[in-house]
Amino acid sequence: MVHGEAWTLKELFVYPNEYIYWSVQIVMYPFMTGLVAGAFVLSSLYHVFGIKQLKDMARFSLVFSFALLLVAPVPLQLHLQQPLRGINVFMTPHFTSAIAAFGIVFSTYAAIVASELWFVYRRYFIETVLSLRGKADKGFFEKIRQGIFSLLTLGSYDVSEKALKADEKAVKILAGVGIPVACFLHGYAGFIFGSVKANALWMTPLMPVIFIMSAIVSGIALCMLTYIAVMEIRKFLVSSRRQALSRPQAREELKGAEIQVISITAKYLLLFLVFAISLELLDLVFRGYTAVKSWDVLRSVIYGRDFFDIFILQYGVGNLVPLMLFLVPGLTIKRAVVGTLLVLFGVFMMRWNVVIGGQSFSLTFAGYMHYHLPIVPHNLETFKEGLGGALTVAAMPFFLFWIMNKIFPVFGYNK
Amino acid sequence: MITRRDFLKYTLKGAAGLAVPVAALEIAAPGKLFAGKYDPSGVRWVFLVDTLKCVGCGLCVKACKLENEIPYDANVTRTWVERYVLTKDGRVSADTPKGARDGFLTEKVELGQGKYRDIKKEEIEKAFFVPKLCNQCQNPPCVQVCPVGATYQTPDGVVLIDRKWCIGCGYCIMACPYGVRFFHPVYHVAEKCNFCYHRITKGMNTACVDACPFGARKIGNMKDPNDPVAKIIASERVGVLKEEYGTKPQVYYIGLSKEVR
Repeated sequence: MVHGEAWTLKELFVYPNEYIYWSVQIVMYPFMTGLVAGAFVLSSLYHVFGIKQLKDMARFSLVFSFALLLVAPVPLQLHLQQPLRGINVFMTPHFTSAIAAFGIVFSTYAAIVASELWFVYRRYFIETVLSLRGKADKGFFEKIRQGIFSLLTLGSYDVSEKALKADEKAVKILAGVGIPVACFLHGYAGFIFGSVKANALWMTPLMPVIFIMSAIVSGIALCMLTYIAVMEIRKFLVSSRRQALSRPQAREELKGAEIQVISITAKYLLLFLVFAISLELLDLVFRGYTAVKSWDVLRSVIYGRDFFDIFILQYGVGNLVPLMLFLVPGLTIKRAVVGTLLVLFGVFMMRWNVVIGGQSFSLTFAGYMHYHLPIVPHNLETFKEGLGGALTVAAMPFFLFWIMNKIFPVFGYNK
Repeated sequence: MITRRDFLKYTLKGAAGLAVPVAALEIAAPGKLFAGKYDPSGVRWVFLVDTLKCVGCGLCVKACKLENEIPYDANVTRTWVERYVLTKDGRVSADTPKGARDGFLTEKVELGQGKYRDIKKEEIEKAFFVPKLCNQCQNPPCVQVCPVGATYQTPDGVVLIDRKWCIGCGYCIMACPYGVRFFHPVYHVAEKCNFCYHRITKGMNTACVDACPFGARKIGNMKDPNDPVAKIIASERVGVLKEEYGTKPQVYYIGLSKEVR
């Protein structure tokens, strides 16, 4: 069977070689990089602009951003027909291609986030090593732990006032440099689509900007959601442990998610959400007004075939409802959870409507293609480019975050 | 003990020393690696399709599939033939069942998913066939977007694919406005018509040109003023497909109609 045939249904006049070649993994790719960029921008709001209320959120979102970052190339890798040759992009980058820049942009960004993390956690690494060294009878795991953390200190054990000041300065600079790089990383993902002149739906110079705005929206939403979830789980664990030992409950340890932190973060989310919606609507209005050759088929897709996906799921459920949830005064944690979930869903639908929607009409402008997401896989291909593959990619950052939290503790460590 | 200063010094010296032999290596562009006696300078391959002569028999598609080892029953093809039927009510119906590999076996126009449109003969205003193949664009968007340089333009204007280097990302497939590219079902890399490059560089015709019983397909050299195809393109009224994309396609058509997509 030809690649793409398993999930493509053709209707009316379609060229013989046309299929939905870019499937759900290519929806996941901009979704994941968007989350990376958004999470990083959120953490930078504290480090660069000194928005104090976001302090708790900043460290959390930085670590989470790194976890997401490691997952971002996975969907690309999963969709390649020759996954073992993915490395060729680094070996012979062909710079007229937007994808070729991936290696460079991605590595630069990864280096920035990794070094920022190092500066943020440097003191913690040193303290951990020193405390382990002082310990008399170390177990096997403690020895390994000491080894890992000694390595992470990179041989620097200076915790003088001056050195810590220098750390802070470095973090500030890296966070500042990171913002444009994060935007570039994601803006360029938008460029990959926006520059395809053969695709009538994708081709617009607004695409990178739209992608950046919705990226920040989704990143903030995911950080809020995970922050709430983690804080509440911790509260639950601590209280149940205390109850088991029947000790008096320390208030400090029982702290759940702070509504103050959430409502401040929600304001930034709203700001970027409004930007994102405005740009998307501008694009839509402009297409209708100029009505070039492709408009007939685009209109039939946007207002006909994909109406439910675009106007009900994306704009309605994914944008309008959360907009109202966050705008109504007296934000509660529960409302924030529902709102962020819907925002994440809305951004995912936006990626879906761009990637899949862009392939739902033929290059003939006289035919259509339907994408049927493979749910029950019957071979590796339908797993990779089906529900299973998408869920695997979606779950990976949480798993990585869980591991990374053991090295970069997000909670319970205060300077 | 080695000082930091010395360490850096030796490192730099070592790197510089290594750079000298490395400079002797040349990174060869794939287009340069030509084997044999064929000289691509002075050649610009072009194609001429006379749609007035095409009857939609599909022998070209069949020949192409066999010549270029595209699995016979796979629903992809390097070349195909489209049928356009205009009815008196102004509607345009078009189809290309299996790329017209077996010609057009029924007068009904395929609508996809097993549906057909039955058109009565007296309703037809005009009907015609249009063969399609890679346009070997002068400004190929597929070459532009390939992230690893696995698809490239030869000096004689044909766009080729390196099957050993293509990563199968599908960006070139997305970038082609003509839909000529697809994934090869066996090699799992990008695939498309290359004007039978293995034949034309040895002085032969393409498989489809040889297979066409009506002379609807011709290949020629645009740089040769005495080439019959080049003469027709220069002196007669010919059209190209989807000029608006700026790709400068090099497959020319006689008798092109505005309904052609």
